[in-house]
Amino acid sequence: MSRIRSPQGLVALVCALLLAFVLAVAAALPARAADDAAFAQAVEALDQRSFAEKADAVSALAALGHPRTAPVLEALSAGQLFRHRGSERIVIGAYNGNTYALTDAVTGEDAGTESSSRKLAKIVANNTIRVQIENALGSLQLTSADPALRMSAARQALDNPSADAIPALSAAVEAEADAGVKALMERALAASRLMGEGAEAERIAAVETLADTTDPAIRALLTRVANDEAVAEPVRLAAADAVEAIDTRLAVLGVGQDLIFGLSAGSILLLAAIGLAITFGVMGVINMAHGEMIMLGAYTTFVVQQVFRATLPPEVFGLYLLVAIPAAFMVAGAVGVAMERGIIRFLNGRPLETLLATWGISLILQQAVRSIFGATNRQVANPDWMSGSVELLGLSLTANRIAIVLFALAVLAGLAAYLRWSSMGLNMRAVTQNRRMASAMGIPTGRVDALTFGLGSGIAGVAGVAISQVANVSPNLGQAYIVDSFLVVVFGGVGSLWGALAGAFSLGIVNKFLEPMAGAMLAKILVLVFIILFIQKRPRGLFALRGRAFEN
Amino acid sequence: MGPITRRLAGLENRKGWTAVLLTVLGFALVVPVLNMALEPGHPLHVPTYVVQLLGKYLCYAMLALALDLVWGFAGALSLGHGAFFALGGYVMGMYLMRQIGDRGVYGNAELPDFMVFLNWDSLPWYWMGFDSFAFTAVMVLIVPGVLAFVFGWLAFRSRITGVYFSIITQAMTYALMLAFFRNEMGFGGNNGLTDFKDILGFSMSRDSTKVGLYVATVLMLAAAYLAARFIVTSRLGRVLLAVRDAESRVRFLGHSVTGAKLFAFVVSAMIAGVAGALYVPQVGIINPSEFSPANSIEIAIWTAVGGRGTLFGPILGAMSVNAAKSFFTGVAPEVWLFFLGSLFVVVTLFLPKGLVGLFGLLKRRQRRAMPKASPTPAPKATEETHA
Repeated sequence: MSRIRSPQGLVALVCALLLAFVLAVAAALPARAADDAAFAQAVEALDQRSFAEKADAVSALAALGHPRTAPVLEALSAGQLFRHRGSERIVIGAYNGNTYALTDAVTGEDAGTESSSRKLAKIVANNTIRVQIENALGSLQLTSADPALRMSAARQALDNPSADAIPALSAAVEAEADAGVKALMERALAASRLMGEGAEAERIAAVETLADTTDPAIRALLTRVANDEAVAEPVRLAAADAVEAIDTRLAVLGVGQDLIFGLSAGSILLLAAIGLAITFGVMGVINMAHGEMIMLGAYTTFVVQQVFRATLPPEVFGLYLLVAIPAAFMVAGAVGVAMERGIIRFLNGRPLETLLATWGISLILQQAVRSIFGATNRQVANPDWMSGSVELLGLSLTANRIAIVLFALAVLAGLAAYLRWSSMGLNMRAVTQNRRMASAMGIPTGRVDALTFGLGSGIAGVAGVAISQVANVSPNLGQAYIVDSFLVVVFGGVGSLWGALAGAFSLGIVNKFLEPMAGAMLAKILVLVFIILFIQKRPRGLFALRGRAFEN
Repeated sequence: MGPITRRLAGLENRKGWTAVLLTVLGFALVVPVLNMALEPGHPLHVPTYVVQLLGKYLCYAMLALALDLVWGFAGALSLGHGAFFALGGYVMGMYLMRQIGDRGVYGNAELPDFMVFLNWDSLPWYWMGFDSFAFTAVMVLIVPGVLAFVFGWLAFRSRITGVYFSIITQAMTYALMLAFFRNEMGFGGNNGLTDFKDILGFSMSRDSTKVGLYVATVLMLAAAYLAARFIVTSRLGRVLLAVRDAESRVRFLGHSVTGAKLFAFVVSAMIAGVAGALYVPQVGIINPSEFSPANSIEIAIWTAVGGRGTLFGPILGAMSVNAAKSFFTGVAPEVWLFFLGSLFVVVTLFLPKGLVGLFGLLKRRQRRAMPKASPTPAPKATEETHA
């Protein structure tokens, strides 16, 4: 745009623009009037005896694309279009029990009421005309102002492709601004061209446009064309190729889907297993009550949710998770420290007895929760920002799964940083490597044990918060995760965070890949068998800690 | 007297033998007589349901004894012993299913009801032979034995010890539970095997059959006890104890740790299998929940309560814990898990040698208290070496 240097120039420009506008309006007005006249004529033409002529009139109306076309055609389809005896106008009549409220079909103006149905001669439509109207209305919606309506019209055109829709669709594609709607319209157009009787080259081009999707409707359409004897050989071959391309794409997407579901299952396993990995690593003991720490975390979430519901306005309800996470950590962590100080430290050096004692604690905790909250499942609601789903590369991902994957990774990163950079983390690593040497260097091993146990249990509690978002909260919740998280730890290597990460994700993903092939139960069995064989080769797990301790 | 009888006589002395014999006779003779010979109204009459309950406890006792052999003596805590028990039970269950013949709901002489229900047209190959009791009796030993051999060989060979061993045995029983839940496995899926009619031609609903099963259980338990006794007092038993206390030292001394542990594990699995096979006809059902890991851990607490490494202890432990279970689940079910949980904690914290250890302690106290005149207490070291 050239730059305007003087006020005179500006005035000239404004004048020129005004003039142009006035001219444009002046040119448009008679056109509008002509349209209205043609529309009125076309509406009149609907009142015919012969259905064939009626059909022609419907086509003419649809071709006009007048703003009033849609209400008139809808009324015809619904049997609400009448000729009013007396005024001889064509009206739309809505029956409200005893009278008809009339609207002028051509102008849309209110035409009073009519109580006698004898005065109204219905303009009848048959099923052929109704189908025709439906398609015509679909084409009309293609030019609607609302993108959602255009989208659904394009969808409809795609699901019932017919050569009739080609002109409307081509026009709509030209005019379309929204990229998503345009893509769908192009596919609908291609589908219509494919169904039409156009040139072979055109139909093959249409097939190629369609091959670029995963849409089941398009796959069905192409399959139909590929198997249709009446269709020319080259088109059929192209369609068959396209079906194959779609199938490949679907297979790739399926792998992606499994991968993501596996990651999501794996991240839950990861959350459940990292606490176990560090307690096992530092103290050499198995905490069979670990699952119950997860359960306590989930119940803490439930309680926090109930408190939020009861005392705070609903707008802040979505924030309850932010409170639940530290609360669950504190509750489970406190129980963990109490367990360690009260029982486990007296069993120092006797891992099998520790295993049994912690199992006993798990039974007590389960029964305690059952006595307090009852044996039935408790519901924990997802906050709004965690419900819904996200489309990514043709995969639909639920928001809560994504949140859990990110959350698990964040917890892992936080824990790794804590172990790496804090002084307590240093102490923990020292005790993991060689307890007696660490003790000799003045590290308070008792304190380290208590804090490790608290930390591990606290993380389990946090895992409970995550699990409460995807599963029911019940006293047996922890039991479902305990065997799996042990396997993760055994597979990954005791005391290794990276082992837990690799173990959890590989188990989660392998499980998801085996499931469609072998069924959920068999998949689990195969994974168990695999792990039993795996620890033949690497008894200390994938990421074994190196150390000089010969036997712990 | 040959070496074997001498070793069996190594039940310390004649007194020990008499005690074992009297206990066995007491259970095997007195209880049935009190049940069968006395009228129901008589104060000493033992009702049949009590006989059945005792029979069940004795099966558990046998299972605890089996676990004690690997845990108490070889130091390997198996948390999958319930699997061997359940396998023995399934083997017996298959025999009992075949005995039903055409008396099932569908009246099909060829197929058990659940297979008819699943539209199977013929008996799977692994159901062949279970019409014969002799075959079944052999399989009761072989099926758990083979599983224990393969699993134990894989585990002990790669020196999986301690809690690792516990976890993978737990995983084993968990995997089997999942597998047996599947209908395709051909073991009745979720419902398992049930609706048994008769065993060896005796109707299972008759009281005399129930008492007979009970007596068989007592005798098998006695036999298992003697077998275990024989093993632990043998040279191999010494090696097992040494493995428990210092595995690598035993290995350095040139013993086959793998072989010794494997032997104990397989024998133990077989005893567990027999216990399961006796259990199923007495309770009338076997289903996959017997494989659940929780069941297997419970066996460990029976053994621990009685006193592991004592053989007699686990029998005592299993019977007393299960008696307590029957009592609590009848009187106050919600208390039972609190009780069981506390039992786990208390026994591991305060009674590492279980009830048997407690008796020993009390006896020693008594002995120490008696000669008040002599100021020097008995040296503790000698006690330890005998223990």
